[in-house]
Amino acid sequence: MRTDSKPLMFNRHGVWAIYRFEMARALRTVGGTFITPVITTSLYFVVFGSAMGPRMTAVTGVNYGAFIVPGLIMLSILTESLSNASFGIYMPKFTGTIYELLSAPVSYLEVLLAYVGAAATKSIVLGSVILATATLFVPIQILHPWWMISFLVLTAATFSLFGFIIGIWAKSFEQLQFIPMLVVTPLTFLGGAFYSIDILPPAWRTFSLFNPVVYLISGFRWSFYGRSDVSVEASLALTLGIFVICLAAVAWIFKTGYRLKN
Amino acid sequence: MGKSYTGALNVILSMMMPVLSISNLTKSYASGLQALKNVNLEIQKGEIFALLGPNGAGKTTLINIVCGTVTRTGGTVVADGHDIGRDYRAARTKIGLVPQELATDMFEKVLSTVNFSRGLFGRAPNPPFIEKLLRDLSLWEKRNDRIMTLSGGMKRRVMIAKALSHEPQILFLDEPTAGVDVELRRDMWELVRGLRERGVTIILTTHYIEEAEEMADRVGVISKGELIVVEEKTALMKKLGKRQLTLHLQEPMTAIPAGLADWALELKSGGQDLQYTFDASRAESISALLSRMHELGIGFKDLNTHESSLEDIFVSLVSERS
Repeated sequence: MRTDSKPLMFNRHGVWAIYRFEMARALRTVGGTFITPVITTSLYFVVFGSAMGPRMTAVTGVNYGAFIVPGLIMLSILTESLSNASFGIYMPKFTGTIYELLSAPVSYLEVLLAYVGAAATKSIVLGSVILATATLFVPIQILHPWWMISFLVLTAATFSLFGFIIGIWAKSFEQLQFIPMLVVTPLTFLGGAFYSIDILPPAWRTFSLFNPVVYLISGFRWSFYGRSDVSVEASLALTLGIFVICLAAVAWIFKTGYRLKN
Repeated sequence: MGKSYTGALNVILSMMMPVLSISNLTKSYASGLQALKNVNLEIQKGEIFALLGPNGAGKTTLINIVCGTVTRTGGTVVADGHDIGRDYRAARTKIGLVPQELATDMFEKVLSTVNFSRGLFGRAPNPPFIEKLLRDLSLWEKRNDRIMTLSGGMKRRVMIAKALSHEPQILFLDEPTAGVDVELRRDMWELVRGLRERGVTIILTTHYIEEAEEMADRVGVISKGELIVVEEKTALMKKLGKRQLTLHLQEPMTAIPAGLADWALELKSGGQDLQYTFDASRAESISALLSRMHELGIGFKDLNTHESSLEDIFVSLVSERS
């Protein structure tokens, strides 16, 4: 029935179909995707910014309420990227609709682009909404807007990629929650979202330097207020490093068909 | 002149070339199970091919390898001239799959899920085509319904619509009528016939052998990962089919007379019935038998004949192997 035999170089219709499907899923569950994280984050501002903030000393000259904004955005970006991307690829495996994806003329790179692109888009929109919400509560200053956007996009993409890997690895909903809840959330809370690691005793400060989230939050906060716990170069290198590791893991998954194909 | 000659030659060659060519295909699972053993099969354009076999014989594995959802251990598969590995994009755009399980996105609406499938297979949107497809499958009225609200039969129709949304040339139907009502089964076969008229090649597996008997041009029987028979359905039934003639005698017999030794006869029902078993191709031997019986003065009150179905052939083929 198909008459044209033009070879398909890049399946843009396929990528767009998956991307739109994933975005539609987010809009259908707009409460869970956007409203819940915004309410949660707003509560942090109310508690830490408005209620406790005036009693907290400013951290290196930045109002405490404003100081925690980049960390809170990062917290949401990390958790939402992971959960969106992992859920996105886990659901077709769970319902069995993955057969269609596996039998379609889409390359692995295109599948990745669509799923990770959609998950990252949702995180970036969410991060922007939280930032806009924050301006209602505390004075925000962005000294390096381009760096801010770069860190935001790179982190969203990296953790969406990581989420994609978790989604493929997971065999149950419990496993799907395991890494985000038991590894990433604690690392984020201990990663300087609510404090500067400089205030920690030296031993704990050194210990914190092994936490990759410290680098993510530090770099992102630097783009706002021009101060950081670790060097910006280290933050950038680490984020890129995690991105490359995740990319290599995905390449291996696709090459071997790990937990995708028999 | 030369150009049109080459063009005509290409058309003839493409008509002669199988639309699906499977060579030395093997599949071993990590558990050690050898699901397919050196399968060779060629399917011609526009035919309806039925793959029969008991549960676990390898039918679904074979289909899934061709469609790309299972990786093969060895061998090659070429779909409409495209290798499914090297040239997977071109090969997959030619293929549509309706899997055995009802796997759908429950929260999606019918129209959007069918449009999704078309896009996924690299085709630009074509609302008139999709409308016609949904109308043909009696889904148009339900286009804005969420899949979760549909009945099982309607969900099955959605799966078919998804598989046909990118206008494939080869359609795989894995147990398409398992658990569907009579009406849907009839509609489905109507659809299959319509697709064939438009040049679509259809490969199906089914538990309902009478359907293969009614629909298929050719039949392949797979057992324990081996394709044991591939034959034109009518030839297969002629070659392997048995016919039986039972004569209810006027007078019971204790032994078969020597004058009837040329025929493979058996006495049944305590000598009341004389049963003659013969190949479907040797039907003419009946009249010779009847005239010999007349000469010998053996009368009969009644007679009936029985022809083995595809199911009988299938059961005997598979049991021979096991």
